[in-house]
Amino acid sequence: MSGDVILLGLAGVIASGAPIVLAAIGETLSERAGVINLSLNGLIILSAMTGFWVAIETDSIFLGFLAGALVGALVSTIVAFSSITLKQSQVAVGFILTITCRDLAYFLGNPIMGRQGPIMFSTPIPLLREIPIVGPVFFQQSLMSYFSMFLIFLAWFWISKTRPGLMLQGIGEKPAAAFVRGANVLRMRYFYTILGGALVGLAGPLYTLSVKPGWKGTITGLDGIGWIALAITIFGGWNPIRVAFGAYLFAFLQWLGLVLQSTWTFIPSQVLQVAPFPLMILTLLLVNLGNTEWMERLLATLPDGIRNWVRKLIRSLRSQPPAALGTPFERQ
Amino acid sequence: MKQAQSRSLSALFQIGGLILAFGFVTIILLLVDADPIEAFRLIWQGAVGNSSRIASVLVVWVPLALVTCGVLVTFTAGLWNIGIEGQITLGAIFTTGVIRLFLDTPVSPVFVIILSILAGMVGGAIWAALAGVLKVFGGVNEIFGGLGLNFIATALNIGLIFGAWSRPGVASMSGTEPFPEIYWLPTFQNFRFSWYSILLSVIGLVVIYFLLQGTHFGLRLKAVGKGIKSAFRLGIPTWQHMMLSFLICGLFAGLAGALQVVAVYHRLIPAISSGYGFMGLMIAMLINYQAIWVAPIALFFAALNIGGIQLPIVMKLDSTLSGVLQGSLVLFILLMQGVKQRVLGKQ
Repeated sequence: MSGDVILLGLAGVIASGAPIVLAAIGETLSERAGVINLSLNGLIILSAMTGFWVAIETDSIFLGFLAGALVGALVSTIVAFSSITLKQSQVAVGFILTITCRDLAYFLGNPIMGRQGPIMFSTPIPLLREIPIVGPVFFQQSLMSYFSMFLIFLAWFWISKTRPGLMLQGIGEKPAAAFVRGANVLRMRYFYTILGGALVGLAGPLYTLSVKPGWKGTITGLDGIGWIALAITIFGGWNPIRVAFGAYLFAFLQWLGLVLQSTWTFIPSQVLQVAPFPLMILTLLLVNLGNTEWMERLLATLPDGIRNWVRKLIRSLRSQPPAALGTPFERQ
Repeated sequence: MKQAQSRSLSALFQIGGLILAFGFVTIILLLVDADPIEAFRLIWQGAVGNSSRIASVLVVWVPLALVTCGVLVTFTAGLWNIGIEGQITLGAIFTTGVIRLFLDTPVSPVFVIILSILAGMVGGAIWAALAGVLKVFGGVNEIFGGLGLNFIATALNIGLIFGAWSRPGVASMSGTEPFPEIYWLPTFQNFRFSWYSILLSVIGLVVIYFLLQGTHFGLRLKAVGKGIKSAFRLGIPTWQHMMLSFLICGLFAGLAGALQVVAVYHRLIPAISSGYGFMGLMIAMLINYQAIWVAPIALFFAALNIGGIQLPIVMKLDSTLSGVLQGSLVLFILLMQGVKQRVLGKQ
């Protein structure tokens, strides 16, 4: 494989990782506020269909993305309303929505199956694109791909360096304490769930208008992406930078699978396509091991030197959810 | 008196949810320029229009009732067994494997069928146990462990259909080579359903009803589901109960998968679980986890599924409309339940 092909492949990894970054960062914002939005998988498929449809009808890629974001915001409003206001199980509502949105997308998308639509091409950035290696990989992307890269740092900066970001951490960790300090917990949870949902809603059109152009019904190949994004949110420990790393890592592994497929033809392609999923379980296992009781007991039996080393390793991998994740907030 | 009042109030909110769901689907149909009344009529006709359609509804009812029974057990223990789809698939794989093992042997087909069904149940239980081990000992949330295992099960299934078990000459999405008829579970006359499958489902329904309502085990499971810490303090071995609930659910899912092979398809096909696992989860939520309602609501969902098949044929609509209707029913009834609690709580 020549250098150019590898660079092209890596640029493809950044491009195909972009929608997962958008979805996982959106979910991170929502979960940081204490709301699990489990509707991701269906939401991405529905926004992908809607965005493509609007883009065909209006011949505007921008309106396509806007429609996707609106669908995301709307579905997430249902999640927010049922969990924050009606105090129903977030997991239950999210699961129902993920199934229903998917079926709805296939039903409504029937007439536009296989139609030609606008495609968002890459917009190389002058000067930056000339940098060796970095240029062709990072700076010959589509506008949405740049936006997703920018979003990583924006979300990180917002959460960890600003006052409202600190407040956001508060309502996810100790909502009662944040409430005492004057935070409107319910309103902020609504805000972040809907904002996060809108970002997830951008991921769908990014597929149908750029990464995997077109709408082909059930074989569009988007089923499963949302679940991956949810797992990556956990893998990333609710930290935007680590979450983004997880998203690009996933895209990289998928690309690797494709490359291997052409050399190892004896493995059925379906098997390599799902290879990321066992890896997902393994990584979740790795980040969670440190939280289990028996690991603590096992560590206690090890000699001091090794124990400290292992503990450090586990701690660096461990990810802990926001303390109030999934629980409704009651004003006492 | 008060109880009767609150019960009728509950029913009122449920009917409200029903109306909202049908209203929502009506709007969706108007959006695509379809006649809603015609669509609903078609679904109804498609489900009960003639005896072979009713038989098809029963064919779908069997796995739906079984998996719903299974997830009731995990739900009672407070677990979200999303891995149910993979557990159905593994059941089907194990069953197919056993039948293939005995294909050209003189062993009695009756014995082979029974053995293969039992193997299917074991297969489902093994896959469920994996999700359980990941949850209990690995700290991996059962939703993500289960989802990952679903995808792996699908890969395994497709890998077998296109690899080791592929049809001689042409491996294809149509599945493995169909078994000789002696290995089929006998069906009723020329219809597609088998009384044996129906019987197994009814036994499953009865077992689950009594297990959850009338045994100490059911009571302890409920305690675990309500709160692990307090159940542990009460002296209930919590992780053992969680594992057991996974195993029982896996047995039911495996049985559903086994019957899909021996009674319906007579071979392994790529989409062998047909999404019935997820539908079972939805039904369980819709009936508020009460075992007594499994049979009728599973029948209703099965009827919607079969009825929906007519939509693309007659009206050029996608059959996923049935899924939209099922999903919005569950969603709106759940929302109305929340509204009811809010309204009553305020008084």
